[in-house]
Amino acid sequence: MAEFFNMGGYGPYIWSSFLIAAVVMSGLALQSWFDLRKQKRLVAELEARATKSQT
Amino acid sequence: MTCRFVALGLHQTDMAWSIHTFANPTRFMRFSAIVLPYVWALAGAGIGIGLYLSFFVAPPDYQQGDSVRIMFVHVPAAWLSQFGYGIMVASSIMALIFRHPLADVAAKSAAPIGAVFTFLALVAGGLWGKPMWGTYWVWDARTTSTLVLLFIYLGYMALWVTIEDPNRAARVAAVLALVGAVNLPIIRFSVDWWNTLHQPASVFRLDGPTIHSSLLWPLFVVAIGFTFFFLGVMMVRMRAEILRRRVRTLQMQQAAG
Repeated sequence: MAEFFNMGGYGPYIWSSFLIAAVVMSGLALQSWFDLRKQKRLVAELEARATKSQT
Repeated sequence: MTCRFVALGLHQTDMAWSIHTFANPTRFMRFSAIVLPYVWALAGAGIGIGLYLSFFVAPPDYQQGDSVRIMFVHVPAAWLSQFGYGIMVASSIMALIFRHPLADVAAKSAAPIGAVFTFLALVAGGLWGKPMWGTYWVWDARTTSTLVLLFIYLGYMALWVTIEDPNRAARVAAVLALVGAVNLPIIRFSVDWWNTLHQPASVFRLDGPTIHSSLLWPLFVVAIGFTFFFLGVMMVRMRAEILRRRVRTLQMQQAAG
C-alpha cells in the first residue's frame, strides 16, 4: 500500500497532478451547473412577473 | 438544364432549412436536455476506467518509471486545449460569416473549458518536468506557445466580460479567436521547428506512435472520457448562455413596458 502511494519515489508529482486535475475539472463543472441553475431561476421569475403584469 | 436548376434550388432550400434547424436555440435546449445524461455517463465511464487503467493496468515506463503516469493527465489535457480552440475557431467562422445564432454561444462556452485544460496541461507538464528534466518550467517553444494559448483564451474571455452588448462582443471576440489561431500550428510543430526539452510528437505521427501500446490505449480511454467531459460542460454552459440572453431580453422588455 505504502509502496503504491510512493510510486517509485514519484508519488508527490503523480498524486498532485491527478489531484489538481480532479479539483479544477470538478470546479469547472460545478460552476457551470450553478450558473445554469441561476439562469433558469431568473427566467422563471421574469416570466412569472411578465404574466402577472398582463393580467 | 431546367432539371438541374430545380435540383439545385431544392438542394439550397434543404441547406437553409438544415442550418436553421441546428441554429434554433429552442431546439438546442430540447436536444441538449436529452443528450446530456448520456454525455455525462460516457465522460464518467471514460474517466473512471481511464483512472483504473492509469494506475493498475499501465506498466511503469522502462526509462521514466512510474512518473510516466502523469502523461495520462498531461497529454489528454494538452489535446483538449487544442480541441477547444478548434471548436472556438470553427464557431467563430460560423458566427462571422453565417450569423449562425448558436455559433457565438458555442464559441463563448468552449473558451473557459479550453483554458482549464490548457492550465492542466501546463501544471501536469511541470510536475512531470521536475523529476524528468530537473525543472518545472523551461522557456522553450512548446511550453511557451502553450502558455501563449492560455493567455489567448483568457484574453478572449475578458472581451466577453468587458463588452456588454452580446452581438458586438461576439464579433470582436470572433476576430480575436481567428487571429489567435496562428498559434495552433506553432504549438503543433514547435517540437520539430526548434530544439526543445519537450519530446517530439509520439502519438500522432506519420510512421505510427512511438509509445508502447500498453501505455497508449489507456491514454486513449482517458482522452475519450475527457472529450465527453468537455462536451458535457460545453452543453451546460451553452444552455446557461441561451437562458442568460433570454433574461437580458426579458429585463429590457420589462424595463421598457
